[in-house]
Amino acid sequence: MLNPELKLNTKLFDKNVEQIPIRQGFGEGLLEAGEKNLQVVGLCADLTESTKMDLFAKKFPERFIEMGVAEQNLASVASGLAAMGKIPFISSYAMFSPGRNWEQIRTTICYNNQPVKIAGSHAGISVGPDGGTHQAIEDIAITRVIPRMIVISPCDAIEAKKATLASVDTGTPVYIRLAREKTPIMTTGATPFEIGRAQIYWQSTKPQVGIAATGALLHKALLATKELEGKGIEVEVMNLSTIKPLDEKAVIELAQKTGRIITVEEHQIRGGMGSAVAECLAKNFPVPMEFIGVNDQFGQSGTPEELIEHYGMGTKSIIQAVTKILKR
Amino acid sequence: MGITDEKVKQLEEKANDIRISIIDILEDAGSGHTAGPLDMADIFTVLFFHTLKHNPQEPAWPERDRLVLSNGHICPVLYSTMAHAGYFPIKELKTLRKFGSRLQGHPHRDFLSMLETSSGPLGSGLSQAVGMALADKIDHGLTSNRRIYALLSDGELECGQTWEAAMLAGKERLHNLVAVVDRNNIQIDGYTENVMPLEPLSDKWRAWNWHVIEIDGHNMEEIADAFESARAIFGKPIVIIAHTIAGKGVKEFERDYRWHGKPPNKEEETIAINELRTLGGKIRSEH
Repeated sequence: MLNPELKLNTKLFDKNVEQIPIRQGFGEGLLEAGEKNLQVVGLCADLTESTKMDLFAKKFPERFIEMGVAEQNLASVASGLAAMGKIPFISSYAMFSPGRNWEQIRTTICYNNQPVKIAGSHAGISVGPDGGTHQAIEDIAITRVIPRMIVISPCDAIEAKKATLASVDTGTPVYIRLAREKTPIMTTGATPFEIGRAQIYWQSTKPQVGIAATGALLHKALLATKELEGKGIEVEVMNLSTIKPLDEKAVIELAQKTGRIITVEEHQIRGGMGSAVAECLAKNFPVPMEFIGVNDQFGQSGTPEELIEHYGMGTKSIIQAVTKILKR
Repeated sequence: MGITDEKVKQLEEKANDIRISIIDILEDAGSGHTAGPLDMADIFTVLFFHTLKHNPQEPAWPERDRLVLSNGHICPVLYSTMAHAGYFPIKELKTLRKFGSRLQGHPHRDFLSMLETSSGPLGSGLSQAVGMALADKIDHGLTSNRRIYALLSDGELECGQTWEAAMLAGKERLHNLVAVVDRNNIQIDGYTENVMPLEPLSDKWRAWNWHVIEIDGHNMEEIADAFESARAIFGKPIVIIAHTIAGKGVKEFERDYRWHGKPPNKEEETIAINELRTLGGKIRSEH
């Protein structure tokens, strides 16, 4: 059943569940952050409306800098602003930031220890028709490998807003992963959020499998779980929205309780959240694992739903993974 | 404008001491870059002993100017000048590039917190300086009296990011930003105009709406005057293209690109230091 303590959206299994793009939550969070903290500044590389930074830009034009199509400059200018006490948020598509400007993020932000917040929008394969060039499915891997970086992949717009607000005060670089499409709202304003804390969204009495999911695919994991419940298979589902620092305690507890772990993410299997979980469990409590994600391929054009199914990240694939892991 | 002859003499003597430190610590380290540090010694001397608003006793003084060294590999001149200016003991210079030293092979703020930025990978310093200038402008507007100095090599102007930063600075009319290009004409693979021609260099900066000043980078008076006159420019960022002689101060090293990335050995150190000492602080421009 849904964890009652988390005050989740009780309509999340409804066919007409409310859907909002995760990036919208970032936009609203940044606007509120700007109202609360005068040091917050926004920088965008010619995608102000797409990344929803337009909400901040309209309200605080004097604290917004239009960078043009220049992502390397975007990262390093933000570092300079941070060196003077500002709290810069930079936004673009994840493919270009942190994709194109990785070295500038590594050296001028993280190595320099400047608290720049990187919002990578349009992440994942669900960008859809734009095709493979615009589908960032490597961004978790390349950000979590950098020392000092916090990596957050919110599950819905409401969590994205909370993550954005929480990132203001970390004093560190933060990467926030955002998606373009409207996706189901699973949380509510009352759902607690804390950077670095994983939460069990679906609880079971005697779970045989534990699923750790990140981003909007958490909803698919919950749908699969509900379906499996009807077949008498008990699953426990974790929202692992902070990928770094990993909530190792919660991950180990889930493995101890279930004995089998499946990770679900809209990202390359290699190097992503699943890898982070595997690093933790291999060291602390090894259990059989299955990985739902993109299997070492580039994407293509299509509707988000078609692509999620084609690359093996849909409800059906999750159910298959559960069936498979139960036989191991 | 202008500085007194007495001041010029003091600065020249200081630059000579700094060059001696550079040679000394590079030989000791056994690796590092020689040409750039030697040719930027005069500009660093003017900045730290005449132009910069700073306080070596209180490095984090909030009102200070900011100095961003983009081409971090010339840090022997930064470290030597800072030590001579009183930021840390001169004897600490001997730890350059050694394990546990605050003086990392390329500058790192984790080890030496009084640095404004860590640097090494070329092409990103101007962007960081632009960010600092923007922050200062957000806080103080056009009345800002602070200056952000970005020190760049000529070779790193081949990095596209430099021009992204130049475009933005021109757009934002950052009068509080002063870039200095060390136009020594060399880089690791050879002479810049053979590796990747940069000329017409001043036209490139003007095209992005910068105010350009060209100087002899070894003439103390010209250097000091350039920084002073930059203060009078309104509504534009300023670039000082400093024509320098790679390896300046040691005849055997001058104008030879092979000195870009190697240190002197013991024998070369002796020759260099003898030469610097016998000049007795009377280094004059050859232009």
